[in-house]
Amino acid sequence: MSESALIQGAALGAVRGERVLFRDISVTVQAGDLVLLRGANGSGKTTLLRQLAGLSPPQAGEIERTETHHWVGHSNGLKAHETPRTHLEHWARVWGSEASIPDILREMGLRRPSEVPSGMLSAGQKRRTALARLKLVARKLWLLDEPFNALDRDGQALLVDMIAGHRADGGAIIAALHGTAPIEATREVVL
Amino acid sequence: MTPAPLVTAFRQALSEAWASGAGILLPMGFFTGTAMLVPFTLGDEAETLSKIGPGVLWLALALASLVTLERVFQADLQDGALDLWAQEEASISLIALTKTIAHWLISGAPLILMAPVLGRLLGVPFEEMAPAMLAYGLGGLTFFLWGGVAAALAAGVARAGLLIALIAIPFFVPAIIFGTLSLSEGFDGSAILFLGASTLFALGVAPAAMGAALRLAAE
Repeated sequence: MSESALIQGAALGAVRGERVLFRDISVTVQAGDLVLLRGANGSGKTTLLRQLAGLSPPQAGEIERTETHHWVGHSNGLKAHETPRTHLEHWARVWGSEASIPDILREMGLRRPSEVPSGMLSAGQKRRTALARLKLVARKLWLLDEPFNALDRDGQALLVDMIAGHRADGGAIIAALHGTAPIEATREVVL
Repeated sequence: MTPAPLVTAFRQALSEAWASGAGILLPMGFFTGTAMLVPFTLGDEAETLSKIGPGVLWLALALASLVTLERVFQADLQDGALDLWAQEEASISLIALTKTIAHWLISGAPLILMAPVLGRLLGVPFEEMAPAMLAYGLGGLTFFLWGGVAAALAAGVARAGLLIALIAIPFFVPAIIFGTLSLSEGFDGSAILFLGASTLFALGVAPAAMGAALRLAAE
């Protein structure tokens, strides 16, 4: 593993039933990188991301991690009874975060719906709440699955800024993305 | 490992179980309903009812324990919370145990308080029922632990309620046997100790099984 890599996956492969989903995919991410996983629907972007996160064991190849990471997956991770505020407070306690939650809610444009149970939030508001977790504690590596989904233009601009800021701070991002990318990537891994 | 994740998971599960209202009221209604059907099926002779009353309550408790288990882990899988927990350092087995106990406190513990009342309705003397609450408490917790394993195994299955019952009920047998025995022989006998042992066994084994099942579900 090269010295500065935050995560390195070598010759990764996945099988779905009888079919090889992808094989021989290698991903190396260094500080400041934005790596996009590209491919058609069903090509295995989410599967690869889950392997990198350690949620699914890779069926071929090896993964080496040096850092704990943030995860914003396809599902937002909000419980139906949680409001944006209680969701962030919950994970702040789990992670021992001292961050100011009212500030984060304001930055993410969630001040108004901060007391609304997630069952009544719009898809975009839920997405913003999930992305707000990234601000609770500083972690170098972010793993994001279709992070721009459901976000309006403001939300997309907000996320582009967050990603740029994170890279400038020496962080790195791996994101699965199917549409046009609103942001310049360091490199793309095509499945 | 700090206890913060477990404490927080416990609080989250408590409010989750409490949130819909169904977590507390549904099992109570089911418990009462099942117990109240018995006089209609077996006749209303006071002597028969008071003799079989404690056993009827065991049956009703076992079934009522299954009512809310379907959503305990299925919701976590669907809303993505399981993915987040699975990436934590805290062991997923301990998180699952914490969640199960929190759900038992909301959905299971009130049933124990109801047992003497329902027993009275079946003609079981109050003096007999009050000490029996310990047995119902141990038994109810055991039911929730094994039910939790079944719920974790069935987390990815739609309409898993019946499947959960099918998986869990065989594991209820020892607790039911010792529980019923402990009521007839009282606390001087060994049955209550065996009931306690079966609860401890479930406490030891169920978390690991829940953790393994949830890890598999998250894949």
